[in-house]
Amino acid sequence: MAGEPILSVRDVNKTFGGVKALTEVSFDLMPGDILGVIGPNGSGKTTLVNVITGFVKADTGQVLYKGKNLVGTAPHKIADQGLTRTFQVMRPYYSLPAYKNLIVPLFSPRARRTGGWRGGGRMGSRDTVAVDILEEIGFERESYVPYKTASSLPTGYLKRLELARCLALRPEIIICDEVFSGLSMSEMASMVPLMEKLQMEGITLIMVEHRLRELFRLANRVMVLNFGAKIAEGVPVEVMADKQVKEAYFGSEEVFSYV
Amino acid sequence: MPKAHESRRKERLDRGVKVRSDGVYAVASWREMAFLLGPRLLLIAGLLIMPLLLMPVPYWQKVLTIICIYSMLAIGFDFLAHYVGLVSLGGALYIGVGAYIAAILNTEMGLPLWATIPLATVLGGGVCTVLLWPCLPLRGVYFAIVSLMFPLLAARLIEAFDIFGGTDGIMGLDGFPNRWSEMYVLIICLLLALFALRQLVNEDVGLVFRGVKDNDQSVKASGIDITRYKALGVFIASSLGCLGGACLAHIYMWAGISQFALDFSIIPIAATVVGGGGTLAGPVIGCLILVPISELLRDFGTLRIAVYALILMAFIVFKSEGLMSYGARKYNQFEHWVEI
Repeated sequence: MAGEPILSVRDVNKTFGGVKALTEVSFDLMPGDILGVIGPNGSGKTTLVNVITGFVKADTGQVLYKGKNLVGTAPHKIADQGLTRTFQVMRPYYSLPAYKNLIVPLFSPRARRTGGWRGGGRMGSRDTVAVDILEEIGFERESYVPYKTASSLPTGYLKRLELARCLALRPEIIICDEVFSGLSMSEMASMVPLMEKLQMEGITLIMVEHRLRELFRLANRVMVLNFGAKIAEGVPVEVMADKQVKEAYFGSEEVFSYV
Repeated sequence: MPKAHESRRKERLDRGVKVRSDGVYAVASWREMAFLLGPRLLLIAGLLIMPLLLMPVPYWQKVLTIICIYSMLAIGFDFLAHYVGLVSLGGALYIGVGAYIAAILNTEMGLPLWATIPLATVLGGGVCTVLLWPCLPLRGVYFAIVSLMFPLLAARLIEAFDIFGGTDGIMGLDGFPNRWSEMYVLIICLLLALFALRQLVNEDVGLVFRGVKDNDQSVKASGIDITRYKALGVFIASSLGCLGGACLAHIYMWAGISQFALDFSIIPIAATVVGGGGTLAGPVIGCLILVPISELLRDFGTLRIAVYALILMAFIVFKSEGLMSYGARKYNQFEHWVEI
C-alpha cells in the first residue's frame, strides 16, 4: 500500500466528564480502502465518528484529512470537503417524499460545485438527480419508492437514504455508522454488493459495525476499540486471531465458527 | 344515496387533481381551476374590497390597517416557527426597530415616506438579524426566552439613556397622503409577503429551511451552514415586522417605546394558534378574527383579557389544528356527482 493516507487520525483523546471515551486512538486510512471499526457497546466507536466529522471536538490529537488538521472545523465545512457520514439513528426529513430528502444535500455548496454523484446535477434539475441517485442505490423507480414519504419507508430504505444523502455530495470518504444494524437478512444481503459498488467507484469507506460476518467480507482492514482504546488493527484474519480481541470483544471462540 | 340503476357516483372535487399529481397541479378543467383558485381569490379579493366596505366606519378602517400589521408579524412568526424551527417572541423588537428607523430617516434625514418604509424594512431586518445572531445556536424555548427579552431591553435602554427622544419618542413624522393609501400599501404588502413566502417554502431553498427545522444535524452533515440559513430566516421574518413597524410609525406620525409593547409579540402567536400553524395563510385569518375581537372587547375594560383568554383556550382545546387546517381539510372533502 503505497502513497499517502487520505485520512490519518493521530493520538485522539476525548473525555466526557470523567469518562474517557477515546484514549490515544491513531490510525491511517488509504484511499480506496474499506476500514472496519468494531468494538463492544460503549467502546467509543460513534464518538470516533463524531470526532472525525466535527460533531464532537477532540480534547487533544489530530485528524488529518489530506494533510490538513480538521480538529476544530465545523461539521458542515468538513462535509464540504468531501468527508461525509451517515447517522446510526436515521435522521431523514420524515414529512417529505424520499427524493425531496436529497434536495437539501444537493443544494449544498459542495453539490453545486461538483454536481452531485457523477456530476448529474450540472445537467438535470435537482429532483431528477435525486431520483437517479435513489434508483441507483436500490429505490425501485417502477414501484414509485423514491416518491413515497420518508415516514412510510422501512428501515432498509432509510439506511440507504442516509447513504444517498452522502452520495449526493459526491464524497471522497463516507463513514457509515452501523448501516447494517436493524436490517433483515435479505436487506443486509443486498447492502453488501452496494458497498462493494461504492468502493469500486473510488469512495473510501469507514464502516462502524456490529455485524462481523458482512463486515469481514467487505473490509480490507479492521480496527478494534475497547474502552476507548485501540487494541488491534490489521487485515480481518489477523484481527480474528488476536488473543486480546477475543477476550475483550468476543469472549469465546465460537463466534468465529460462522465467519 | 344513488339508487342501484343510477349511473353516477359521488366523487371528491379534488379527486382529479390528486390522482394526476402529488402537489404539482395538473389542472384539466375550469371546474378544477376554480376549485384551486377559489380560496386564494377569495382572500385576495376580500382584502382588497374590505376598505371600500368599511367606508362608512373610518374607525374600522384603522382597525384594518392594524390587522395587516399584525398579520405581517404573524406570518413572519409562523414562517420562523414552523419552517425554520425558531420560536421567536421578538415581534415587538421588529415593530420597534422598524418604527424608530423610519422615524429617524424621516425626521433627521428628511427622507420622504416612500423611501423610509423600504429602507426601514431592509435596514431593520439587518439590525434585528445582527442583534439575534448570537442567539441563533439556541433552540426551542431558550431562543423564545432570549428573543422575548430584546424588545423589553430596547424599551428600557431608550428610557434610561434618554436616546431617540426618550420616553416622548420621536414626533412629527410624515403621515400617509390619505387613509386609502395607508390601507392599500399595507394590504398589498401583506398579500405579496404571504404569497411570496408560500412559494419560498416549497422551493428548494425552502426545503433547506424545513430541513433545519426537522433535523439540523443532518443538514450540517450535508455540508450546509445552518447558522446562515437561520439568519436568513430571521432576516425575512424581521423584515416583515419592520415593514409593519415603519408603516405604523407613519400612520401614528410618531415612534415611541410603546411600539416595543408585548402585544406585538403575543398577538401574532395567538393568531397563529387560532389560524393554524405552518399554513402561513392561517395566521392572517387568525389576525382577522382576533384583532377585531380585541377592539370589540375594549368596552369591557380589564375584563377584556379574561374574555380573550377564554377564546384562546377554547381554540386550543377544541380546534388545536387551527381554522386554516380545519377549513382546508373540509374544503378538500367537498363532493359532487359524476356520471360513470
